[in-house]
Amino acid sequence: MTRLPQNPSKVKLGLVIDLDICVGCHACAVNCKEWNTSGKMAPLTDIDPYGAKPDGVWFNRIHTYEAVDEVAGTSRTVHFPRSCLHCDDAPCVTVCPTGASYKREEDGIVLINTDICIGCKLCSWACPYGAREYDEDEGVMKKCTLCVDKIYNENLPPESRVPACVSTCPAGARSFGDLGDPDSDVSKLVAARDGYALMPEQGTKPVNRYLPPRPKKVGDAVAPRLLEHHDDSNDGAGLLARWVDKVLSA
Amino acid sequence: MHPAKSVIYFTTASGAGYGLMVWLAVMGAFGFLPADRTFGIIGFGLAFFLIISGLLSSTGHLGRPERAWRALSQWRSSWLSREGVSAILTFGPTGLYALGWVVLGQNAGLVGLIGLVGALMCLITVYFTSMIYASLKAIPAWRNRWTSLGYLLMALMSGALIMLALQAVFGLGLITVTIKISVALLGLSGVLKLAYWRAIQTDPPRSTAESATGLGRFGMVRMIESPHGEDNYLLKEMGYKVARKHAGKLRRIALVTGFILPMAMVAAIMVLGLPYVAALSFLALISAGIGLVVERWLFFAEAKHVVTLYYGNSKV
Ligand code: SF4
Ligand code: SF4
Ligand code: SF4
Repeated sequence: MTRLPQNPSKVKLGLVIDLDICVGCHACAVNCKEWNTSGKMAPLTDIDPYGAKPDGVWFNRIHTYEAVDEVAGTSRTVHFPRSCLHCDDAPCVTVCPTGASYKREEDGIVLINTDICIGCKLCSWACPYGAREYDEDEGVMKKCTLCVDKIYNENLPPESRVPACVSTCPAGARSFGDLGDPDSDVSKLVAARDGYALMPEQGTKPVNRYLPPRPKKVGDAVAPRLLEHHDDSNDGAGLLARWVDKVLSA
Repeated sequence: MHPAKSVIYFTTASGAGYGLMVWLAVMGAFGFLPADRTFGIIGFGLAFFLIISGLLSSTGHLGRPERAWRALSQWRSSWLSREGVSAILTFGPTGLYALGWVVLGQNAGLVGLIGLVGALMCLITVYFTSMIYASLKAIPAWRNRWTSLGYLLMALMSGALIMLALQAVFGLGLITVTIKISVALLGLSGVLKLAYWRAIQTDPPRSTAESATGLGRFGMVRMIESPHGEDNYLLKEMGYKVARKHAGKLRRIALVTGFILPMAMVAAIMVLGLPYVAALSFLALISAGIGLVVERWLFFAEAKHVVTLYYGNSKV
């Protein structure tokens, strides 16, 4: 059923991405590919992987942007991971003619049933965020699963039951949790840091939030101190040092 | 957006087929056209050929065409699904009407009424097709007040030109009615296309690189590093750029061959008289056909998707 859930639960699982912390290392994208290529929407097909024009399915892509304020003469460089936002009003779900695209009633995760997808690509046209990538080889659409096969996986120790991108981030820029619960850690983080949704004007009501880079510290920033000037003369050096200096200089 | 040949053929051919079906019903039901058997076989044959080949071609761009039947299930929310269901239901009354015409030799009265119901369903189907595109917020050039009206007018216009050519060959029916209808529809759809192009050029952008990243608070946003070195699915499907370079020229070609020339040719029939009707109506049909393909190609190729904001576009 591609209608959105009629009785959605309050739980809205999603990601919070801290743009102040992300260093643009692509580790989350790589681990996402690693986990998911044998997960629910497997495989994440690569086409011509070692050729001149490699192409393939990824659920997570890391861009780097520069925001320039010409008047103030400042600029910020920001690394920006982009994946499915598990929107509340997901247009990718309602356009799907087959029922392959759906939003889970219990936790709001947006998934694709690749067994019935006809590969019409309409959902990827409807998604403003480029979160859906078509698998040329299988002829079906694929997308971020919020690692549904990891976060509920009872074979894993509880601390591992988070999405692959979250557990792998070496900088701790990604958090996972219930954004529908105002008292959850992620919701508190979003409130504290003024987290925001991407392109709210598109009306998709994204669940994921991005935390803006913190303001630049202006004024008290100090350049690294230069080393003190080094005196070449050996006055004041010890006896042994002076002897070594003499021998080597000879 | 990437202009897939299968979808260009689907929208233009099935549009023309539904348009022709509408005129077969209207002209027949209102007594402008006798229920001539050969005319019926050729006319309905052509209309059904255009509709069915168009629908089949639309399944050509599916990754899994063998599962196409599944697309009929989600009519509650999906315009594509509604279009499929409506297309199939429409075969009911249009098929009965065709039988009434060809087998019973009747196109007025009850048969005509069934034809008119079919005609209405043809228009609904074309409208549903247009809504597949017009419902997508992420592509402002499609979610545009002119999109649906354009699909409807151009389907009716191309259908009328085929009807005119058929009537010219058979020398049947009130051809002056078809001429007037064709001229009016060519004029209306040409003006509408101009309004559409004006709108996509002047409408304020819906989203920007700043709103897409949320980084506007720090200044103007530009991408300095793409996630990948080669084009991926998103860029191949949604980042199509060829049309924009030649957009001005192609729009003029579409306007002249699609609307102005055929209108002049059809109008010339009225001046030059009926001896020229066959030659001129065929020329008009060919010219309009070329123009409509260019117009449809542009409709896809010119449309920008908001995802390009993540890849260096500044506003969509
Ligand atoms: S980000 Fe795109 S794919 Fe994900 S739920 Fe929203 S619209 Fe659908
Ligand atoms: S590509 Fe598959 S999931 Fe997407 S709209 Fe078409 S059938 Fe649905
Ligand atoms: S939640 Fe899972 S599938 Fe989604 S981007 Fe992260 S690792 Fe990939």
